[in-house]
Amino acid sequence: MATLVRVLGDIDLAEDAVQDAFAIALRKWPADGLPPNPGGWITTTARNAAIDRLRRETRGRELLAQVVVLDQSDDEPAQEVGPMQDDRLRLVFTCCHPALSTEAQVALTLRLLGGLATDEVARAFLVPEPTMAQRLVRAKRKIKAARIPYRIPPEAELPDRLRPVLAVLYLSFNAGADNPSGDEVRIEAMRLARALAGLMPDEPEAAGLLALLLLTESRRRARFTGHGELVLLADQDRERWDRTLIDEGQAIVRACLRRNRPGPYQIQAAINAVHADAASIRSTDWDQILALYDQLFALSPTPVVALNRAIALGEVRGSAAALALVDDLDLDGYHLFHATRADLLRRLGRTDEAARAYARAAGLAPGDTERAFLEGRLAAIGSPGRGPGAR
Amino acid sequence: MAHYMLSVHSVEGDVREPMTDEEMQQSHKQLGVLEEELKATGAWVFSARLHEPDTATVVRVSDGEVLTTDGPFAESKEHLGGFYIIRAEDLDAALGWAAKVTACIDAPIEVRPFAGVSDG
Repeated sequence: MATLVRVLGDIDLAEDAVQDAFAIALRKWPADGLPPNPGGWITTTARNAAIDRLRRETRGRELLAQVVVLDQSDDEPAQEVGPMQDDRLRLVFTCCHPALSTEAQVALTLRLLGGLATDEVARAFLVPEPTMAQRLVRAKRKIKAARIPYRIPPEAELPDRLRPVLAVLYLSFNAGADNPSGDEVRIEAMRLARALAGLMPDEPEAAGLLALLLLTESRRRARFTGHGELVLLADQDRERWDRTLIDEGQAIVRACLRRNRPGPYQIQAAINAVHADAASIRSTDWDQILALYDQLFALSPTPVVALNRAIALGEVRGSAAALALVDDLDLDGYHLFHATRADLLRRLGRTDEAARAYARAAGLAPGDTERAFLEGRLAAIGSPGRGPGAR
Repeated sequence: MAHYMLSVHSVEGDVREPMTDEEMQQSHKQLGVLEEELKATGAWVFSARLHEPDTATVVRVSDGEVLTTDGPFAESKEHLGGFYIIRAEDLDAALGWAAKVTACIDAPIEVRPFAGVSDG
């Protein structure tokens, strides 16, 4: 896809060409067998299909001249790994250009790099398909009209330009994780994170993100009961954690530590790695986790980081100290703020206040699974509270 | 090469410290230098500052009649203060110029591509 965008200089044309090529493949490959380089075959076939299309369009005459000129050097299917990987990088930086809104960046990345269908992306982000389709149309139109360049940003700009790419992948992973129909999106985000880390070996944050996703994913099977109910980290059956993913994630974290160029994703990965080291919640090295949160907060002093740090601090210095920190935060619209308060209040024996906080959290919960969990906590406290009647 | 309009927008009633004479002179000087740079690199096509919004007049057709009204088109508090028309290879280049303009005059700059204008 990325190579075709480069060669054809037009995202829509490239998309149509890829579809044509896949259609041909579906017809030919069952009978003829797989060609030795399927990826290259698709690229060449798509390019030829596009050239045929362009021939039929007078408007395309200029574009055709461009394609032919670029075409001179390679008659064989594109085999080189280098240029193709560069093309993927160009495409991801284009999709995540700061001139595009975050929503547009996410939609484009998953659609064009991830190859996900529009309706798959729509479902993962809980928007109707026509809305997502419109978002994509507008974004592609803007890229074309405003001439967002198709290239890897110059080195000086890379750190700034990498940030939205990592954010898009992280957002996509989380959207896919919280959503029953989000499997493809979640898996695609991991695949892209892996590709990005491989393509940018000099950027430790790219590796950090991959490690973070792997370690988070490692807990997936323990995160839900058989009935689809949420299980918190403290209560998870650690036998169900995926050790292969943990091993890989931890290896990346160790490598990042050696490079000593810390960043938010690497630190979050390290925090997850410390959790993965513990045989149970009781044997968790909370001092280490708190130290990591101190580092994270220094780099990224947001209220949400402060909230998560407070939870760790609570494990080290007690719930009263943690609650004091949490109460200072301005996160009234965030369900996890109230859930955290509720848990701390519960541990301090302040049951009525805990119940009110759980009720508030449930009211703000973003999805059915989370809401059901919080209502369960409310019921477990045994206080009348505001109850499930308040929706 | 594409053409872009960099437009300067001012918002009426914007809570801002008015510039001192010295700051205004500094700003003018910086803009002058920037304009030279635009012209030297061939990026400059045209630029201008507009008179205040209340010097504007709107002409429109209504029920087959041409109506003339005093005042700017937009009822909103936001008004066009001036603009640059530039030539640039791509959006990144245009945004680069816009960053320099906004650094000089401390007002937001809208960067919009022209449709159907090009000199190759």
